[in-house]
Amino acid sequence: MAVLVYTESWNGSFKKASFEAVSYAAQLANKLGTEAIALTIASTDDVAQLGNYGATKVLSISNDSVTTFNNQAYANAIVAAAEANGGDTIVISNTNNGKAIAPIIAAKINAGLITNVLELPSSTSPFTVKRKTFSSKAFANYSSTASKNVISITPNAIGTVETGVTATLESFDYTTTSSDNRLSSVSVDRATGKISLTEADFVVSAGRGLKGPENWGMVEELAGLLGAATACSKPVADIGWRPHGEHVGQTGIAINPELYIAIGISGAIQHLAGVNASKNIVVINTDPEAPFFKAADYGIIGDAFEVVPKLIEALKIHKANN
Amino acid sequence: MKILVCISHVPDTTSKINFTNNQTEFDGNGITFVINPYDEFGLTRAMKIKESAGATITVVNVGPASTEPTLRKALAIGADDAVRIDSEPKDSAVVARLIADYAKDKNYDLIITGRESIDYNGGVVPGMLATYLDVPFANACIGFELDGTDATVIREIDGGKETLKGTLPMLIAGQKGLVDEKELRIPAMRGIMMARKKPLSVIVAGDTTASTTVVSFELPETKAACTMIDAGNVEQLVELLHTEAKVI
Repeated sequence: MAVLVYTESWNGSFKKASFEAVSYAAQLANKLGTEAIALTIASTDDVAQLGNYGATKVLSISNDSVTTFNNQAYANAIVAAAEANGGDTIVISNTNNGKAIAPIIAAKINAGLITNVLELPSSTSPFTVKRKTFSSKAFANYSSTASKNVISITPNAIGTVETGVTATLESFDYTTTSSDNRLSSVSVDRATGKISLTEADFVVSAGRGLKGPENWGMVEELAGLLGAATACSKPVADIGWRPHGEHVGQTGIAINPELYIAIGISGAIQHLAGVNASKNIVVINTDPEAPFFKAADYGIIGDAFEVVPKLIEALKIHKANN
Repeated sequence: MKILVCISHVPDTTSKINFTNNQTEFDGNGITFVINPYDEFGLTRAMKIKESAGATITVVNVGPASTEPTLRKALAIGADDAVRIDSEPKDSAVVARLIADYAKDKNYDLIITGRESIDYNGGVVPGMLATYLDVPFANACIGFELDGTDATVIREIDGGKETLKGTLPMLIAGQKGLVDEKELRIPAMRGIMMARKKPLSVIVAGDTTASTTVVSFELPETKAACTMIDAGNVEQLVELLHTEAKVI
């Protein structure tokens, strides 16, 4: 037996979530008394660094047919690598691509599948882990009685652990088949250098309180200063002030950054569902009765157009002094 | 064209979540159940295909009799017939398997699900169902166009979007973007009256053995009181984020 962890790359480079996944897999392997084997597909990054996070072996697939993500091909490749290496527990990051492959793998190998996992298992017999549920309004402890399991972990929920293992490096063969290509990518439109919301440590978000899309300059400036991703509330995405991909909340993206700053967002229960797992929440709102203050760590009652520029200035001074 | 839309019956988005029976069961008391919002975007996309190219739309749910009002609402929106697979499934894999058992010899050209349900958020059913039926699938779909049997699918990826092409049959797991929020349909009285006469068949569930189960639920810990900072003293926030929260 072994734990096989798939490490996702973007344009050849590992995602932060991939280091979290390897760290998780290594700790899980330790609990199960086995080793963690990492699988990379179309990575041009330094694959040996996965050893730093506890992988004892790194398998790499690289050929032209796998350069572009394809859920069928990647799932089949992971299944093949797991079978060839005795991988009976498969760890994946719960990114949009991870979500596209985990259920295919689980169905193919008849494994138990637990997604949105937040912690290491509280028990390995039966395998029991905590996951997010009810759109982050609650948690559930799931147990699996299957002989194989696929575990998909929430990005930003589990930190990285550096162990300094030296991994053996091997190549692994998988070539995409025509069946894999029944639905295939023709183009990818992704802002380069932009921080993805699910992986961001800091998120700055704004809502209808900003009165119009022309006022987002200060939100972006604040985000830029913090190295934060930008987000928005549902009404703002619905009226087209901001792109839908920025909508955080129950029916948008669920996030759990270190710091979430909400500007001009009242904090409806649907919004809170997507953001309340943030470790620190700052709320800036003119309305002292805004429900968001009840879910916040720090609150400022005030006009965003006065408070945000002052916050930007104060942060610049802080950065200059630290 | 035959379209199957999978409908999950979920607590509405304003619901306060509570558990009973020693934190092992969801407390449905006082909860309003609705069509899973992600599924509603998919159902509306199916309606638009029906109106432009012609299609029959079947909606399917795995659940007890109490989920039938949700299926009736889908019929009122415009689905042609409904199927309820009678089971209280223990996990999402069971749901996928039961729908696959039902759909495998029905030759659906297009199967639409939500990207996940807003209650269990597993996102498990679409990919498993597609695999059991041996059709390709795309998750997090925000666009879908058909030209005959050639499909163009746009899916959300982390920080962007991806365009895919393929030929039916396929399964798409959708969300907002498949149609706009304002295109969602509120059933009219005529639709509600007609929905009562549309067929809703109940199927006996096959194998419902689950490999994963919920042992217990937990609610998040309540937050300590919010520290209020004067709007004239924003520097204090920066100081607290540095010294207390230690995030900057």
